[in-house]
Amino acid sequence: MTGQTLTEKILSRASGRKVAPNDIVEVSVDLVGFHDLTGFHVIEVMERIGREVIYNPKGLVIAFDHLVPPPDVRSAEIQKLVRGFVRKHGIVNFHDVGSGILHQILLENYVLPGQVVICADSHTSTAGALGAFAQGMGATDVAAVVVTGKTWVTVPKPFKVVLKGSLRKWVTGKDVALEILKEFKSDYFNGMSVEFFVENPQSFPMDYRATVANMGVEFNADAVLFIPDDETVRYVKVERGYECGKVLPDPNAEYVDEYTVELGNVDLLVAIPPNVDNVKSVREVSGLDVDLVFIGSCTNGRLSDLEIAAKIMDGKRVKSRCVVIPASRKVFIKALELGYIQTLVDAGCVVTFGTCGPCIGGHFGVAGPDEVVISTSNRNFIGRMGSPTSKTYLVGPAVAAASAITGKLSEPGDVL
Amino acid sequence: MKVEGKVIKLGDKIDTDIIIPAKYLKYTDPQYLAQHVLEPLDPEFSKKAAEGIILVAGKLFGTGSSREQAAIALKAAGVKAVLAESFSRIFYRNAINNGLPVLVCQGISDVVNDGDYVVVNLESSEVLIQGRDVGVKCKELPDIVLRILSAGGLIEYLRGLKK
Repeated sequence: MTGQTLTEKILSRASGRKVAPNDIVEVSVDLVGFHDLTGFHVIEVMERIGREVIYNPKGLVIAFDHLVPPPDVRSAEIQKLVRGFVRKHGIVNFHDVGSGILHQILLENYVLPGQVVICADSHTSTAGALGAFAQGMGATDVAAVVVTGKTWVTVPKPFKVVLKGSLRKWVTGKDVALEILKEFKSDYFNGMSVEFFVENPQSFPMDYRATVANMGVEFNADAVLFIPDDETVRYVKVERGYECGKVLPDPNAEYVDEYTVELGNVDLLVAIPPNVDNVKSVREVSGLDVDLVFIGSCTNGRLSDLEIAAKIMDGKRVKSRCVVIPASRKVFIKALELGYIQTLVDAGCVVTFGTCGPCIGGHFGVAGPDEVVISTSNRNFIGRMGSPTSKTYLVGPAVAAASAITGKLSEPGDVL
Repeated sequence: MKVEGKVIKLGDKIDTDIIIPAKYLKYTDPQYLAQHVLEPLDPEFSKKAAEGIILVAGKLFGTGSSREQAAIALKAAGVKAVLAESFSRIFYRNAINNGLPVLVCQGISDVVNDGDYVVVNLESSEVLIQGRDVGVKCKELPDIVLRILSAGGLIEYLRGLKK
């Protein structure tokens, strides 16, 4: 008998029957969440349905991140509305302004291997880093999950990716995500779940996994899951102080196809606007004049990203504007303790924490007309980070930091 | 159930930031959103769609964010259906939930021209191009999806069941 992939195992457990790819099944949801900008819409839908009940209050996570701190009156009004909902229903897992980005909060505090996680935000895919089946959905679908505890999913076709060997210096999870986009383009994995097997768990730490899983929605994969291993257990233990179990695929599980990434061959890469899969090596486009550098977001606002930026910027001054936003308060405090924040501020960066900021062109340093942005975030679509004529180039933290120092798209080797 | 209109043709990967930029997401009013639909691509789009049009697009229509306003804005602006080579998973669900017909039609961009007048039969998933003796067969929609579309969206469909 054929074994089950991790995706099939999770969806079989959550639906109460043995599933196969392309089945449409109703699944029970372990964690559901939303942030401020989608939250008011979810609540509005619940009001329209006329059933403002919460199926599992403990499984609901709300974190404010998109409009943090509120840049205008309407944003403050939206947050006030969601706070009212939180009070009315006694929601325990509520993270107000000053906490962090929803996806980072979920990793630090809530997600466990084998869970089904549904949130009103596309980058919910990030939770796949811990081996959960995680999907973003719209406000109506999420409102239905809040009320019923269930949703429907199409069981995706499983694809296996093996990460082999070790990365070269300064090359990180972002470059691996961009390598996959370069190789497969952004439509290949539509309708698939991509299961990552890391041959040597220590060679690809949780921060990198989170970046790749986050970018999984840019692959247009239905879900991205890292097979739980010793690194998964280590991460949960460090963050939460307890041991988590591993949910694993069967050894004889069948995948539609398989691809191996030789980590040692991955280059420092950049996605050229306006597509995430227009990927080149940084060398091919180096020298481009830069107006703004952004280091942060749910993609690359973690401790290892700040450590890399601080190492490269240490004792230097930025030539371009530079905005740094650690993804959560927890990350910010660790970076403070380790001196990274001091280094970055001394170099001339503006630093805050726990907001999506300019990633969605919201606030805290958006791009003006024709400006060039070097960003560690996840999308380089037209107008994504501000003016429709601005251009966003997506990179990892090392290239972003080096580019801020030279004022041109650069590799770390250019400044060290 | 049939929808019809003049075709406006778009390319591949029309993402949600193009369909409705993030600065408009603080509201859900369909008329407000309709005024700004596809604004970065064509600031006049909303006026062009007002008479009732059919969008024909390439791969990965709606790729990007989970913003349900993308589907709401298109429908309110006058888009009667989106016919594309493929859709992003989240946008596809949002469209059906909001009563906007979405059909996967392989090869549609090769057959249909900008400005063609087409009639889309949602039950048979057939697209007929008026004045030209050609049609396109799209992927069929499941019965439940047809019922949701016919009610005008998921909430309206569920309300109908309660009665």
